[in-house]
Amino acid sequence: MLVLNEDQKLLMESARGAVAAKASVAAFRKLRADAAGEGFSRDFWRECAEMGWTGVLIPEAFGGLDFGVVGAGLIAREMARTLAPSPFLSTAVLAASALTRGGSAAQKSEWLARIARGEAIVSLAPPESATPSARAERIASGWRLDGARHFVLDGHVADAFLVAARAEGEEVLFLVAAEARGLKRDARTLVDSRRVASLTLAGVEVGSDAKLSGGAALIEEVVDIGRAVVSASLCGLAEEAFRRTASYLKERRQFERTIGSFQALQHRAARMHIDIENAWSASLKALEAIDARANSRPFDVAIAKSKASETACAATAECLQMHGGIGMTDEFDIGLYLKRARVESVLFGDAAFHADRVATMLGY
Amino acid sequence: MAIDRAEIRAWLEANCPPEMRTSGRGDEDLCWGGRRWVFQSEAQRLWFERCLTRGFTVPTWPKEYGGAGLSREDAATLTEEMRRLHARPPLVSFGISMLGPALLKFGTSEQKAMHLPRIARGEIRWCQGYSEPGAGSDLASLRTKAEDKGDHFLVNGQKIWTSYADKADWIFCLVRTDPAAIKQKGISFLLIDMATPGVSTKPIVLISGKSPFCETFFDNVAVLKANLVGTLNRGWDVAKYLLTHEREMIAGGGSNLFDMHALDKAAQRAAGGAKLNDPILRAEIARAAIDTYASEATRLRYLAEVAGGGELGARSALLKYDGTELNKRRHELAMSLAGAEALYFDGNGGPGQDVAQGWLRSKGNSIEGGTSEIMLDIVAKRLLELPSE
Repeated sequence: MLVLNEDQKLLMESARGAVAAKASVAAFRKLRADAAGEGFSRDFWRECAEMGWTGVLIPEAFGGLDFGVVGAGLIAREMARTLAPSPFLSTAVLAASALTRGGSAAQKSEWLARIARGEAIVSLAPPESATPSARAERIASGWRLDGARHFVLDGHVADAFLVAARAEGEEVLFLVAAEARGLKRDARTLVDSRRVASLTLAGVEVGSDAKLSGGAALIEEVVDIGRAVVSASLCGLAEEAFRRTASYLKERRQFERTIGSFQALQHRAARMHIDIENAWSASLKALEAIDARANSRPFDVAIAKSKASETACAATAECLQMHGGIGMTDEFDIGLYLKRARVESVLFGDAAFHADRVATMLGY
Repeated sequence: MAIDRAEIRAWLEANCPPEMRTSGRGDEDLCWGGRRWVFQSEAQRLWFERCLTRGFTVPTWPKEYGGAGLSREDAATLTEEMRRLHARPPLVSFGISMLGPALLKFGTSEQKAMHLPRIARGEIRWCQGYSEPGAGSDLASLRTKAEDKGDHFLVNGQKIWTSYADKADWIFCLVRTDPAAIKQKGISFLLIDMATPGVSTKPIVLISGKSPFCETFFDNVAVLKANLVGTLNRGWDVAKYLLTHEREMIAGGGSNLFDMHALDKAAQRAAGGAKLNDPILRAEIARAAIDTYASEATRLRYLAEVAGGGELGARSALLKYDGTELNKRRHELAMSLAGAEALYFDGNGGPGQDVAQGWLRSKGNSIEGGTSEIMLDIVAKRLLELPSE
């Protein structure tokens, strides 16, 4: 436990090489500059499929690698280092685990296989605590869905959605094709230049076979998988921002000294390093707990998401400060890490949200 | 050959007396051994003697010195099984945690044969003579001198913060053997019997009202040269090894989680089945829990990474810093939880005084064994490789 095995190390190393070569920060900057574009590279997504990443959580029977959630976390962490935007989280992590765990045989053989081949983007629209849930009502041909969902990752390009809606008293997921009548999506651009969509469902009719099994427990488990993988991604952001900052501290000279020789900066850097180490340890523990189907999963995930969210936001801000004026410029990369960290810290519950859950789970 | 977990579990179940399956009041309720040791209970004696027969007072030491010869992994299994029972260690001492490992690495065969079995059997209690009034964080500026007098050294000077020196039988000391050499170069590592004429101790009363530390004085103390450990003037190497080992021991002890559970329980009691009614305090305790559980994951990850060989090295400074700072934070929160109840300090019962004692004691955590500031220096220079100028 808490040590990567040989396969996981290989995956991590090949992912590091692949994102550096094919999805660099410079590539992200080009995507960002194209306001009318999709916000990610279809070419890179195809390469992700060739490397098996789209199927990292999909069973071999449907063309996946079935590598486990630790593997998915390692890929997300490496993608974060170069800020590579892709539908990995929405499709390969959230949708793939929801369909694998709760999909019907027909849904699996169609959608899991397409996801594994990189031919479908599927977005999860989980319940939100802040807004009323969408509703699902029985009709003769199946279900009718009404309501709205916000902040749907890759919702602007999704081929299908997994929409959480309250059906007969329970939150369940429905698979809804993007072209379904009555479904409207509005793309929004986030502070980190990535895209999400707001969905409006007005009398969207789906067949009775659209409903996934597993109910609220499935949604909670899938969202926990997302939280753990985002935690790993937050660690990647913090680690890379810190790596760049440590190099800067060793190069930049003021007052005829390297600024990294100042004890005030050394101690701040050391504390930042410790927090980042702890965030990664907690994230790895959460990823392992999911793969092991451990009872401690909700607790381990809440610890990881809270710690990683707080650490990545604080560390990227501290890294910007240590760069001085140049850190404030758009031309310099450190601000991109700061913005991405803020977005991911909010996904599926921020540090405070999970701290509240931890307190409740610990009985106070 | 790996030890059999089931066998160990059964043996512990059968042999660890029920009274020894609680943490007690910490140091005060542990068995320290030594010439003047009197067992505090029959259970304590039984537990010690039973462990002794299996080498479990010093599980990783070679059998010839009274250990069980366990690998690091097997020792971890034993620790886990003991923790499962909440079993106390059968014997604690600075001989076990500090001097032993240094002797195993640097000692002569005579020194090992003489001292290690006595430590394992709890016959000799050791203390550590490092710090001096003028040499704290800057330990290498120490001035206690040992002059070469042919067959022996003549030691003069003063040590401070010597834990339990008033109860110890022997002391391992850093002394200056070459006053002309600069700092680290002229220091040697010396073993001194506290019964030697000229050695005296004086307890220091701390802010908690307790006196776990002493001043130790050396006034023309003659020490035979056979008591020099390692090479003359190279004692700093021994000291550094020992300090790293000490921090690893602190890191490996898992005391963080243990203390976190205590705070969790206190918060549960105060909450009484609902949410704590002070939302800010609740949030701060939760944040301390998150940081503690995350830090614990790092400790376990580092230990797992070195389980197959290798050493924690400078990472032990990271763990020492983080663990002790977290401990102080938790004790502050425990005081906040206890409120006015924790302020009664007249020994008239109530749980408050224990909370306050623990709080006051915790303030030393980030000073002893290397201050937090020195730990951060080590992390910055050795792990992050930040420049000196």
